[in-house]
Amino acid sequence: MPTDQTQFRTALLDPTQPVPDGLTDGAGQPTTKRFAVYRNNVTVALTEALKTAFPVLVSLLGRQNFDQLARLFVRAHPPTSPLMIHYGAHMPAFLSGFAPLSHIKYLSDVARLELALRQSYHAADVTPFDGRKLGTFEAHQIVASTLTLAPAATVIPTVWPLFDIWRYTTQSGAPKPRAIAQPILITRVEFDPEPHALTPAQAAWLSHVTGGATLGAAQDSAMAIDPGFDLFTLLTLLIQNNAIANFTTPKD
Amino acid sequence: MSNTMKSVAIMGAVAAAFASQTATPADAAAKEKCYGISLAGENDCAAGPGTTCAGTSTVDYQGNAWTLVDVGTCAEIELPDLADGSARTGSLEELDRDLPA
Amino acid sequence: MLDATRTPPRLPSAPGVGYKSQHFHDLRAAPGPVTWLEVHAENYMGDGGRPHAQLRALRDDFAISVHGVGLSIGGEGPLDKAHLERLKSLITWLEPASFSEHLAWSTHGAEFLDDLLPLPYTEATLTRVASHIDQVQDVLGRQMLLENPSSYLAFADSTMSETAFLSELVRRTGCGLLLDVNNVFISATNLNDTPEGYLDAYPTHAVGEIHVGGHDADTDDAGAPLLIDSHGRATADPVWALLDHALAATGPAPVLVEWDNDVPDWATLRAEAERAAHALATAAAP
Repeated sequence: MPTDQTQFRTALLDPTQPVPDGLTDGAGQPTTKRFAVYRNNVTVALTEALKTAFPVLVSLLGRQNFDQLARLFVRAHPPTSPLMIHYGAHMPAFLSGFAPLSHIKYLSDVARLELALRQSYHAADVTPFDGRKLGTFEAHQIVASTLTLAPAATVIPTVWPLFDIWRYTTQSGAPKPRAIAQPILITRVEFDPEPHALTPAQAAWLSHVTGGATLGAAQDSAMAIDPGFDLFTLLTLLIQNNAIANFTTPKD
Repeated sequence: MSNTMKSVAIMGAVAAAFASQTATPADAAAKEKCYGISLAGENDCAAGPGTTCAGTSTVDYQGNAWTLVDVGTCAEIELPDLADGSARTGSLEELDRDLPA
Repeated sequence: MLDATRTPPRLPSAPGVGYKSQHFHDLRAAPGPVTWLEVHAENYMGDGGRPHAQLRALRDDFAISVHGVGLSIGGEGPLDKAHLERLKSLITWLEPASFSEHLAWSTHGAEFLDDLLPLPYTEATLTRVASHIDQVQDVLGRQMLLENPSSYLAFADSTMSETAFLSELVRRTGCGLLLDVNNVFISATNLNDTPEGYLDAYPTHAVGEIHVGGHDADTDDAGAPLLIDSHGRATADPVWALLDHALAATGPAPVLVEWDNDVPDWATLRAEAERAAHALATAAAP
């Protein structure tokens, strides 16, 4: 019977399955070790892809622990697209459901951050909004305004010190993470994504605005968390990092 | 804060923040910052490491029998519980129990 | 069948290298004999950012070859139409001198397995691959080159040789061929064939590009040599000798050095390109 690709694929990612029939060496003899080359290629290629994609997870867990985790992950979630640049989207959910690591609760937020950094790296280029286009406006118009972030800009909500954890594992000599909530804003001025620590009030403002809320409504949500919320500081961070793609002010 | 005060505050922040805007043109030759992202998830057409056991190993995770084999930086991170009492463990303590003696 | 009235742009019959983003600066500062670059299509299928900006800068100085690694032309199922459209849009804006893919499969159902998996050489495979090549050339509106694989095993149900299979694909579809002489050396060693015998039976008239690259040596269950297409080291001497043999049959051709794992510094890779330049010069000498 001819060896079909379903049989080949099943044995490829499940080493408990027998090697498909009909595969031979150069002398026409059945072969196991030669099929193992393909098994290794697939497992190692996908594992290596995860290691380059999640360097902070590798540092947190240790290289060998991560290898074990990655091997489980690739068998459970092989890529669903030929674009390896997007591989690993299931990692946050996989970590949440992985009992042996469930006590390190920040791991899935770390995975979310690493996915978002990669997404930002490959996001579309846009010209940042030019403030001179705003012209003159009345206060009530600004309150009803909305804005759009650049495709490379993203907010990652979290209750963990995500920025501190990222910095501790990626920069030598960085201080240990503090016990504070640090949502993250990722921006990309030119081509390098850059994470910025946010306060919970800043994160609330951004998640409202990116959800389509007006500046007035976003202001209320931020001030409900922190009455001292300073819009100027946050807007300056966004503008200086080319993170605002569009700013829409109602006409009247 | 009254609605009028809020409007004025928002307007002032928007005007002041955009007033300090400077344009930075993108340059393809700009040096990469060392975050390693550029190499993440590249497709290539090379084969892996031959007949090593990576693809054939069946000794894996069953139930909670996942054994820690090395230690990462998370062992150095200690975070107290959240105010609501839920655990905010950052160490590998619970995993350490599975380490062979 | 491809419309033969369309003449695709051609790569120069000169050395090229597989482009690695870490070489961006050094490569432009001191290209040596390198006049063209090959890029893996899928790495440039994001929406923008540095990968696109680098390609826009590089194409001013180098001819570009787009080499796909994810189309799964040998797949049992239909081609991924969304992926074919992504290829089309990349090729539309980049206008490369060449597009090539592999005689292999890598997608099964919704899964992408990130490896070039082998095919039995049968009439059924031939019909399916020919129809996929027709579809690719039709959508892209240009000729494609098809690369011979490196094989670690054979299929008991194959009814023809790889060279006969490739010859028939060229005849049916009008596609060109990418002759990977490292793969020829690997497959011949692994499957008890001679590389020179393979080349003598190979349709050299259809060659549009040649690859060389490094391989690793291992052994199989029976202790027989098993070469692995690792692209992780310099091209081996017998593969350079095989390149001379191939160039004698094809005439001047674009020759690419592939180095994908443990990527060396630019000077080391450029030295490999200089060796390819020497092989091309020797082949052209009367």
